[in-house]
Amino acid sequence: MKIISLAEVRDRVKNLVQEANFVLQDDVLAKIESMEKLEESPAGLEVFRQLKENALIARQEKLGICQDTGLAVFLVEIGEEVQLKKDDGLTSLREAINEGTRRGYAEGYLRKSVVEDPIRRKNTGDNTPAYIHWELVPGEVFKVTFIAKGGGAENMSAIRMFAPAAGLEGIEDFVVETVDQAGSNPCPPIIVGVGIGGNFEYVAWLAKKALLRRPLGSPNPDPFYADLEKRLLERINKLGIGPQGMGGRVTALAVHVEAFPCHIASMPAAVNIECHAHRVMSFEL
Amino acid sequence: MAEHRITTPLSDETIEKMRAGDRVFITGYLLTARDAAHKKLVDLIKEGKELPIDIRGQIIYYVGPTPARPGKAIGSAGPTTSYRMDSYTPLLHSLGLKGTIGKGSRSQEVKEALKKYKAVYMAAVGGAGALISKSIEAQEVVAYPELGPEAIIRLKVKDFPCIVINDMYGGDLYEEGKKKYRID
Repeated sequence: MKIISLAEVRDRVKNLVQEANFVLQDDVLAKIESMEKLEESPAGLEVFRQLKENALIARQEKLGICQDTGLAVFLVEIGEEVQLKKDDGLTSLREAINEGTRRGYAEGYLRKSVVEDPIRRKNTGDNTPAYIHWELVPGEVFKVTFIAKGGGAENMSAIRMFAPAAGLEGIEDFVVETVDQAGSNPCPPIIVGVGIGGNFEYVAWLAKKALLRRPLGSPNPDPFYADLEKRLLERINKLGIGPQGMGGRVTALAVHVEAFPCHIASMPAAVNIECHAHRVMSFEL
Repeated sequence: MAEHRITTPLSDETIEKMRAGDRVFITGYLLTARDAAHKKLVDLIKEGKELPIDIRGQIIYYVGPTPARPGKAIGSAGPTTSYRMDSYTPLLHSLGLKGTIGKGSRSQEVKEALKKYKAVYMAAVGGAGALISKSIEAQEVVAYPELGPEAIIRLKVKDFPCIVINDMYGGDLYEEGKKKYRID
């Protein structure tokens, strides 16, 4: 049995949300640099130059890579042999993560981008609640993965419940059409998270989870889906949208696909669009 | 493609020179507004009331910056997606607003308003908010402080970099750029 203090979780979350927002991770930078080599449009190359300069300034000055420092979205993988210890007034893991988020966003001068009600729209003022996905796993694992998810790219995401007869071709066209329609809006060059299978709510989570895979651009372990990722990236980069939508060869940096078993009547698909300011980080205790 | 160094407020003569694809460096003042502030402004106009800001000849920048660190003029301050303001923009142009800055494509109604009222839509690089903050020298909240990151702020800018997307002649950089690089 592993014992983990809630205060430690809070403090690590506080640091995690800040560092992810200030420091563009090496795998993302490496991907930006390798894709830049494929770009031909002068406007597109200028965008790549500015993104690299932006990353440098953000890291040096502890500024948000993007002013949209996102909803705070977490995947918490917690082992069945982990016991959480109440500490420093914290009585639940959810509270510890929310408090870490609250402190991280306040102390890091990050933007508070959450409204407490979707219709009445009053800002909560502290970027909580955090959006937490829990996964119970065997053993003593305790891993927290964070993604700062901006609204502009998230708004361009889509979900569709296909009949199995639509086949892989139907899903491929859906992904490419979703990216084409998003056009210049989600801050291309984008990252495309694709979920296939599961059911209505699970497929959206698969698409988000696809975005959490690191290093960025690493293939799905199943060669069938690795091949699909490659094919989709090629098709998307023929769309011509280019960096910031001003025309060019690089519309997407990477496509990640996650698949899961589904009902005999169903073939759900979801596309979660992510901007180039891809802020994913994790810690383990 | 031309390069323009312009100062605010904007005149019709300046707008007439700007074409889709041109690079622009703005010195002077920008007004920030995004979803919530636009709704408030347009509600006031519809009720026939006076606006808390004078938009004539001005440029609205769609941005909600991060808070400034102590001693700094502003935090990260890149553009937000523009289409969310499309339903409000033509009315603001009809009252003399000369330009908007954001990212992403505009509706046909906005493009028509640019022609009709001689105005321009520009984009700054989305996701480059730390870099863009370098061209902002000062900020002052001028309306709706209760909206937090959505308040209307007057930004003092120097050589603020953007690119013309839609001009008053119907030019559209997004459409032209995509057509050029699309492989069917």
